[in-house]
Amino acid sequence: MVKEKLIKVDGTIKENLPNASFRVVLENGHEVLAHVSGKMRMHFIKILPGDKVTLELSPYDLSKGRITYRYK
Amino acid sequence: MVHIRTSEEIEKIRESGRIVYETIMLVGREIRPGITTRRLDRLADEFIRSQGGRSAFKGYRGFPGSICTSINEQVVHGIPSDRVLESGEIISIDVGVRKNGYIGDAARTFAVGTVADDRLRLMRVTEESLNKGIAQARPGNHLSDIGHAIQVYVERFGYGVVRELVGHGVGRELHEPPEIPNYGEPGRGPVLKVGMCLAIEPMITMGTYEVRLLRDGWTVVTEDRLPSAHYEHTIAIGPDGPQILTQVA
Repeated sequence: MVKEKLIKVDGTIKENLPNASFRVVLENGHEVLAHVSGKMRMHFIKILPGDKVTLELSPYDLSKGRITYRYK
Repeated sequence: MVHIRTSEEIEKIRESGRIVYETIMLVGREIRPGITTRRLDRLADEFIRSQGGRSAFKGYRGFPGSICTSINEQVVHGIPSDRVLESGEIISIDVGVRKNGYIGDAARTFAVGTVADDRLRLMRVTEESLNKGIAQARPGNHLSDIGHAIQVYVERFGYGVVRELVGHGVGRELHEPPEIPNYGEPGRGPVLKVGMCLAIEPMITMGTYEVRLLRDGWTVVTEDRLPSAHYEHTIAIGPDGPQILTQVA
């Protein structure tokens, strides 16, 4: 079978939540709950409301994401 | 979540697996220079129906054939067509059957006429890598032990392990969790338990492991267009180790 690929989308941070979680508004208007990838935490990349980010969504659950990049 | 199947369920998968095995053997006997893959598809479909089953591939996400016929550089998901087989080619036959709601899935690569030694070796190594993978499918092992065993065996020969295609759980649906890569570190992923049913399917290439999807939306070919082989069995994890469900002793 073909490996299920993670879906990459861009979005904007709407709200900071506890435990390095964020509410993110995607470019298509949907709102998802996202957490920060471990690699970004290791490098202390801070994320604030209004930042533009890239996230990965699992094809199985499109309501949660993983933030993998913060645009400068 | 990997499904745990009862012994009654496993027997149903075994029945579908029997049809899969006999279909592959039937098609294998017909493979010869001059025959079209469409003809092989027809033969397979008629046989599967005569056994009270249905192809699990036909119509799956719109797949047009009853079986997959992948020639030479085609890795998997080749669509049966009027393409005529020629001597020296290798062709992978992938068959999935649903009967009484349960599915068996297996594949095997065949030689057409007289085939060069390096291609025969690719086929042998791929089949043996499947055996190495299956041997790891015992209770208490981790899922990734399967892929690790396949990768270690195959890469000794300088062959490529396709990354973008994976084995899968099987049972009530053709593709169920987990995904089973044919590569990776040992000791990762879920612990294997008695009653899990898995389709293990190494896809091994003579060159690079990079693959590309053709414009028909199905056929996967190697990036360097070198040949590829594909062997697959559906297995159930029993208390004493793997039981192959798509093979009849």
